[in-house]
Amino acid sequence: MTTTALKEPVRETSPGAAREPHRRTGRIRRLSLPYLLLLPALLLELLVHLVPMAIGIVMSFKELTQFYIRDWGSAPWSGVGNYKVSVDFDAPVGEALLHSFFVTVGFTLLSVGLCWLIGTAAAVFMQDTFRGRGLLRALFLVPYALPVYAAVITWVFMFQHDNGLVNHVLHDQLHLTGKPSFWLIGDNSFYALLTVSVWKGWPFAFLIVTAALQNIPHELYEAAALDGAGTWQRIRRITLPSLRPVNQVLVLVLFLWTFNDFNTPYVLFGKSAPEAADLVSVHIYQASFVTWNFGTGSAMSVLLLLFLLVVTGVYLLLTSRGRRAADA
Amino acid sequence: MAPSGSFLWSRRIFLTLLTGFVLIPVYVMVSSSLKPLADVTGKFRWLPSGLTFRPYIDIWSTVPLAKYFMNSLIVAGAATICSVVVAVFAAYAVSRYDFRGKRVFTVTVLSTQMFPGILFLLPLFLIYVNIGNATGIALFGSRGGLILTYLTFSLPFSIWMLIGYFDSVPRELDEAALVDGCGPLGALLRIVVPAAIPGIVAVAVYAFMTAWGEVLFASVMTNDTTRTLAVGLQGYSTLYDVYWNQIMAASLVVSVPVVAGFLLLQRYLVAGLTAGAVK
Repeated sequence: MTTTALKEPVRETSPGAAREPHRRTGRIRRLSLPYLLLLPALLLELLVHLVPMAIGIVMSFKELTQFYIRDWGSAPWSGVGNYKVSVDFDAPVGEALLHSFFVTVGFTLLSVGLCWLIGTAAAVFMQDTFRGRGLLRALFLVPYALPVYAAVITWVFMFQHDNGLVNHVLHDQLHLTGKPSFWLIGDNSFYALLTVSVWKGWPFAFLIVTAALQNIPHELYEAAALDGAGTWQRIRRITLPSLRPVNQVLVLVLFLWTFNDFNTPYVLFGKSAPEAADLVSVHIYQASFVTWNFGTGSAMSVLLLLFLLVVTGVYLLLTSRGRRAADA
Repeated sequence: MAPSGSFLWSRRIFLTLLTGFVLIPVYVMVSSSLKPLADVTGKFRWLPSGLTFRPYIDIWSTVPLAKYFMNSLIVAGAATICSVVVAVFAAYAVSRYDFRGKRVFTVTVLSTQMFPGILFLLPLFLIYVNIGNATGIALFGSRGGLILTYLTFSLPFSIWMLIGYFDSVPRELDEAALVDGCGPLGALLRIVVPAAIPGIVAVAVYAFMTAWGEVLFASVMTNDTTRTLAVGLQGYSTLYDVYWNQIMAASLVVSVPVVAGFLLLQRYLVAGLTAGAVK
């Protein structure tokens, strides 16, 4: 690092620089230092994220089937053909994608909403100290800490038709259902996926909100109590408003993670998910790696990315505008 | 400022229900791992008919679990160390220096969080194969390729969190170190890093968990010798007999190190989030 900085030609712009070459090289070093520090991160992001993304975009304009996978550059161009197929909602491919998209949106909104609600409620309830709070907090973080596949496999076992806990409780013990239901195929699979996703996801909201609550000055609560505010009023007037800036980031992050989640549905259902729980990421995986149509898969991925970009952009715009309005 | 009665009751009911929701799968995992096979293939029962440790012995021979375990440990460990080092340098640059392109850098890195993994799975696979063909460095199918991939997964979040954490370390401290003759790297290693240990630990925990739990890239980019737990665990369920007691025992065994580590370090995680992410 030092040698490259020293090799820079020292131009004599001022007498001071001529007299003190050390200061000059020191300044060059200082100027290039932040870039050197960033270099590893930048190279890695380029190699693993940005260049592949660019290639993915190029692929989406090609007719990339298994015949061309060894030498993808030679695959014939198809122009916007893959996109046309993906958004032709009257034909099977487009129709399935649209369906999968709506399933994903519905699933994501429900999952994020529930994760946020449960996480916030738990954090607010556990803001004051009480006996057993530390133990409870540790317990609540277990679903988040468990590796996805281990946790989701346990849920797969619980959702089994013949020997699972869910049917045993709902049918044998509570007699709620006429006969044992199927949870991992058919329409119920949506609720199975939602349950697992919320179980796994809410502790993250809990963690973030817990951290945010520690930043609220205690004096605020004391002042409110002096003014005669009850517990619920203090939560509504002080706790919840203080969480607003954190919530904006939290909801966005939860949304992106849930929308792109592949691990949960993949372990729960395998390579092809039931129609009712056919999330976009698994759908694209299937289109690419099971039916071997990588061009269409890439086009679908790009459409997905565009959608996420627009949603995130609009969201950021709305929330920052909301914040400005609140500040004014 | 004692909480009201209605608050206390709501709290009790809510926390009880939530504890049940959280713990039932954990109970199923632990109890099923100690059941004889007949218990897990028949109707579900809350209590085992007889306790057995057999599943814990059999899991190692049904699939080469020990090998998968080592692979996961190497991959996740290396990805964590590299990710933390790279993130510390990048976050220090952003936190302490003004330079051209700073905003572009942070926005670009953060927006990679938004990419659906599926978008760059195939291109990355092709890049790794091409690099392998051109240079002889085997990335595809090797642990190295997986390490390289995983370390970038946690990088954006780590950088973002550490920027916030480094910002909370007073600048005067490392400026004083610079005056005392430390180089910028000396100031980083001697002053900023020690003061930001909770944030760094939090980031390391996050990176390790991300790598330990990843399924998609692990299933495409590994072969028989480099397979990680994420793929290896599926080996119990593709057989004719589904050994649910062994699956649960194996799940428990692969979970214990991460859960224990996480719970030990969770205080750092909350502290790290407070200073880093929540601002």
